[in-house]
Amino acid sequence: MSGFPIPEHEASWCHPCPFLSCTDLVEGKKTFRKPIPKSDTIPSKQQALSNRKKRTHDCRKEEKEEGSREIKIKALHQKKDVRRKHREMFGEDEWNKAEKSSNGKRKRERKASNKEQKEAKNKEKQIRKKKEKHLKKYSSSPSVSNSSDEESISEEEMARIMEQVEEKKKIIATIRNKPWPMMKKLEVLREAQAFVEKFEGALGKGKGKKFYAYKMMMNKKWIKFKRDFDNFKTQCIPWEMKIKEIESHFGSSVASYFIFLRWMYGVNLVLFGLIFGLVIIPEVLMGMPYGSIPRKTVPRAEEEKAMDFSVLWDFEGYIKYSALFYGYYNNQRTIGWLKYRLPMAYFMVGVSVFGYSLMVVIRSMASNAQESTGEGNGDNFTFSFKMFTSWDYLIGNPETADNKYASITTSFKESIVDEQESNKEENIHLTRFLRVLANFLIICCLCGSGYLIYFVVKRSQEFSKMQNVSWYERNEVEIVMSLLGMFCPPLFETIAALENYHPRIGLKWQLGRIFALFLGNLYTFLLALMDDVHLKLSNEEAIKNITHWTLFNYYNASMWNESVTRPPLHPADVPRGSCWETTVGIEFVRLTVSDILVTFITILLGDFLRACFVRFMNYCWCWDLEAGFPSYSEFDISGNVLGLIFNQGMIWMGSFYAPGLVGINVLRLLTSMYFQCWAVMSSNVPHERVFKASKSNNFYMGLLLLVLFLSLLPVAYTIMSLTPSFDCGPFSGKNRMYDVIPETIENDFPTFVGKIFAYIANPGLIIPAILLMALAIYYLNSVSKGLARANIQLRKKIQAVSRMGIPSWRVQEWIHSFSKQICFMSPDGLGIITILASIYIVTRLANYMLSHNKTVRQELLLFPFYR
Amino acid sequence: MGSSTSQLSKELLSEYQELTFLTKQEILLAHKTFIELLPPESQNVVDSLTAQVSRVPTEKVLTLPELKANPFKDRICRVFSTAPEKDSLSFEDFLDLLSVFSDAATPDIKSHYAFRIFDFDDDGTLNKEDLKQLVNRLTGTEEDTQLSPSEMNQLIQNILEESDIDRDGTINLSEFQHVISRSPDFTSSFKIVL
Repeated sequence: MSGFPIPEHEASWCHPCPFLSCTDLVEGKKTFRKPIPKSDTIPSKQQALSNRKKRTHDCRKEEKEEGSREIKIKALHQKKDVRRKHREMFGEDEWNKAEKSSNGKRKRERKASNKEQKEAKNKEKQIRKKKEKHLKKYSSSPSVSNSSDEESISEEEMARIMEQVEEKKKIIATIRNKPWPMMKKLEVLREAQAFVEKFEGALGKGKGKKFYAYKMMMNKKWIKFKRDFDNFKTQCIPWEMKIKEIESHFGSSVASYFIFLRWMYGVNLVLFGLIFGLVIIPEVLMGMPYGSIPRKTVPRAEEEKAMDFSVLWDFEGYIKYSALFYGYYNNQRTIGWLKYRLPMAYFMVGVSVFGYSLMVVIRSMASNAQESTGEGNGDNFTFSFKMFTSWDYLIGNPETADNKYASITTSFKESIVDEQESNKEENIHLTRFLRVLANFLIICCLCGSGYLIYFVVKRSQEFSKMQNVSWYERNEVEIVMSLLGMFCPPLFETIAALENYHPRIGLKWQLGRIFALFLGNLYTFLLALMDDVHLKLSNEEAIKNITHWTLFNYYNASMWNESVTRPPLHPADVPRGSCWETTVGIEFVRLTVSDILVTFITILLGDFLRACFVRFMNYCWCWDLEAGFPSYSEFDISGNVLGLIFNQGMIWMGSFYAPGLVGINVLRLLTSMYFQCWAVMSSNVPHERVFKASKSNNFYMGLLLLVLFLSLLPVAYTIMSLTPSFDCGPFSGKNRMYDVIPETIENDFPTFVGKIFAYIANPGLIIPAILLMALAIYYLNSVSKGLARANIQLRKKIQAVSRMGIPSWRVQEWIHSFSKQICFMSPDGLGIITILASIYIVTRLANYMLSHNKTVRQELLLFPFYR
Repeated sequence: MGSSTSQLSKELLSEYQELTFLTKQEILLAHKTFIELLPPESQNVVDSLTAQVSRVPTEKVLTLPELKANPFKDRICRVFSTAPEKDSLSFEDFLDLLSVFSDAATPDIKSHYAFRIFDFDDDGTLNKEDLKQLVNRLTGTEEDTQLSPSEMNQLIQNILEESDIDRDGTINLSEFQHVISRSPDFTSSFKIVL
């Protein structure tokens, strides 16, 4: 919209033909230097004037243009290509009429009038200039001449064309958002593209022209490349078809588990790359070979059985003394000709595994949260949501569809009944009693399982000291933990039936309880393990002495004369400590492996065999097995997701002491992707109550974050406050594991870096830094709260306004047009901008309405904001 | 036979990518699926693109597994059809359909088409009859899942109370979009993937 007032007598001049075609623009000078016959302009002036009287200021221009459009059409009637455009425009108008929704029509009209206004502005300038040059009788008119008048015409034209090109580009970019049929879109697109193509090269002048054309070409190439890259990326996403198939059979909730599994696989692949690329491969390639030093050799006592499968299966023997575990690594500062600092790399990789996981989880949580911010308070629309959004369009399986029909009907009936009897509650005392009883029982179960694990771990420490122990006794811990994980959740579910909760709330409780169970088990296990570690640490001194003495005696034995140096003691014979780090690593690997096995066997027995039994025994059974008691199993989403999350927790905890664990996990996820996909498709039935997944996504992510944090704690504790073993691992000989960092700084960096580091590590600096961070968090938090409040207020206003009949897209476009004017984007500035924007929008709304509707004005005065 | 002929020209492909929310693979897959729906004599690229020659009648489209179980399948085809009798889909209509139901489509365009799908009598607003039909389709065709008349009335009453902001007894597009924009899981469920 032009910011300056338009002189009366120029009104007719300044309305251009909205249908100016490409060729017109090129020959713009010619076309418009010819004065348009006056006889044509007179009626338009009158019409415009009469129109203006009726209308208020704001919509004045729009109306004028509509009035003058007809005349302009006449004025340029002779042009052939104009006529073509014409037809299109009329075609569009007709289409508008045919289109039922008034929204689209208004949108388009507004767009068109916008364009007209812009062109009007440009042409107005041009024509005014021409007048000054050629038509002397207008020279006395109060022209609004400004500096731009002195510029050359070509420059102005350039600006105009540029603007139009930009506009066309915008059309190209947004055309897919228009609810038009493809034919029309295609036509508009082709036209816009032809225009852009034609004029892009013409822009820029002199030397700049070539550069501009080049820039445009590169821009186009870049866009094409980006699109190709996007296509490539979507092609690279694995298992897309598998998941889609499941989605169509079971609805989006079951598919969400598989999408989660795939995401987890991606994360683990990155962790795997990190650990293998920076720790294991350098060690294998450049480190000392197997058998060169004691820590890399199987001790003499174990040598005979080191290759037995039963030993290897327990991750003892040769596997224990391999690069898969902590103990294998040497404490040499640099290895190989690359002078690779392995201990440093080991430490940094261990830290960055956690860093990367934390970043990824938080980022995906944030993006999930961002998607759901628009929802606002959904309570007001329970019925409408059920009505308009409850169908899952992905369902392609008639059976699932039937279930969905049933569940929608139930939910309709439920909500009607809820509405009718929301305040009726029967026998509240009995319900309360049952709920308390159920919680009591479940707490008993949790305590019992915790104690059982503690007991078993203690017993296993006894067993580990004994010699001939049976297979069961060696694997007791893992078996008991897996059994608990298998049988407790159904038990909880049975108990939860007492509580009589709504299924949705019931599911949350169930998830919380299983989570508590797993967590309790894991932490009991950890505590017991920690006991073991402390025990081993206390024995370490004694073993260290023995080692020293052995070596000392060996080399100083009297039977060797001084001249011949004695061959060094064979590494397998050197007595050594128990290396608690490797023990911890092995525990985690065994736990993971047994968990994998239990999961797979459960699926095989519980789902597949049951399905086979039901399917084939149904022919010769006395009741209907498929519809009756055993029936087919449903896919247990929450249990599977929780299992995955806890498995990941064990990986995070164990990967520092067993670098190979991530590799095992990658294999596990890969196989379970295929295996579970097959099991679901072959032997599960869709849920009785099909529910949608989108809401619980962040809930799972939140659990994952919690587990990540909880698994960070023990690892951080062992790194920061336990002494590493003296004869195994990359940190042996140091007091603490993190000592590797000061050491590297001292030896490999110039001294001032060390000094700076010392200053930074000073508590006098750390405490203020933490305080500052806390303050920053407090500040940002309060700012975001304020913004949220402002947001709610704004939304209320918009709601109230939309009640008066302004469609929301109009408001949105105002917001959009405003935000385009903002060129600086800092978080602080953003807050101010939001507030400014709200003022701006409300003022615009008020303007709009005051000019249109008198009754609205009274309502608007209700807003203290505007008054 | 489908795979060998489902090669669209490069320009057309890039235009379709510009105009829809689909990726190249999805467009090619859509084309392949579409060609397989055509009668055998017109299964070639040129014919499949000219809207006049090859339109797949609605009954044929409804046999697609993606649409088979959908209670609104006939409405979907009707809304997206550009044929005068609204009984057949050209390839471009088919692409439009998939684009609107794709993952990347904006909530605005999704809700726009959802409104047109639910507007059974094509009069531009959702009135009580439309809502009744909508409920009937959502609750399935079997006797035991249908709602009783009193329940139905109650339900429609409640819906109008919630969504009909200007109290004219019908829900218009902007009211509909207002409701839908608040729904957390509309965009994730208003999806059809080939």
